[in-house]
Amino acid sequence: MPDDTPATHAPATHDLGGSSHFRCTPIDPDDSPPDAFGRRVDAVRQLLAQKKMMTVDELRRGIESIPEEEYHALGYYERWLRSIAKLMIEKGVITAEELR
Amino acid sequence: MTAAIAPGTRVRVKDDWPEERGPCHIRTPHYVRGRTGTVERVLGAFPNPEDLAFGRPAPRCTLYHVRFDQQPLWNEGNPRDTVLIEIYEHWLEPVSEGRH
Repeated sequence: MPDDTPATHAPATHDLGGSSHFRCTPIDPDDSPPDAFGRRVDAVRQLLAQKKMMTVDELRRGIESIPEEEYHALGYYERWLRSIAKLMIEKGVITAEELR
Repeated sequence: MTAAIAPGTRVRVKDDWPEERGPCHIRTPHYVRGRTGTVERVLGAFPNPEDLAFGRPAPRCTLYHVRFDQQPLWNEGNPRDTVLIEIYEHWLEPVSEGRH
């Protein structure tokens, strides 16, 4: 097989580089500060990191595991919160029932 | 840090798709898998994020800047455009002589 043959695999949802899907979408340079919800999610993340209960790499992995349709529907900090909840359930810190 | 791949060395990125085998966290973009580039710089050795993402013990891995011609990756751009990507050593394999 010649070198540099295009891959035929489907990339993961978050692996967006070079994706034609967003090529005609204008870039939204949203550099406004996070809203109250975003700040609270970030505060939770920082506290859990300080207490050695999660790392940013785990946060990323949790975000990347969100199913595709939900991934694109959720906002930036909503993805964080989904990941944090998943990780805390995974580690046995909280139960799914407690989150209801 | 073990002996690093020297700058200027041609390397091929493994055509591996861990995301098709189950939960994972990888930092190698889909569009360079199986592609050939040139090592530009050794960036240092860092705990492997693929392990950190699951809270596992993470051995240090050498990280490189690898430069690729852009056109074959994305089928767009000018002939001299390139893409520079950070890639961990375990994703790189030697390019056999005479293949390029």
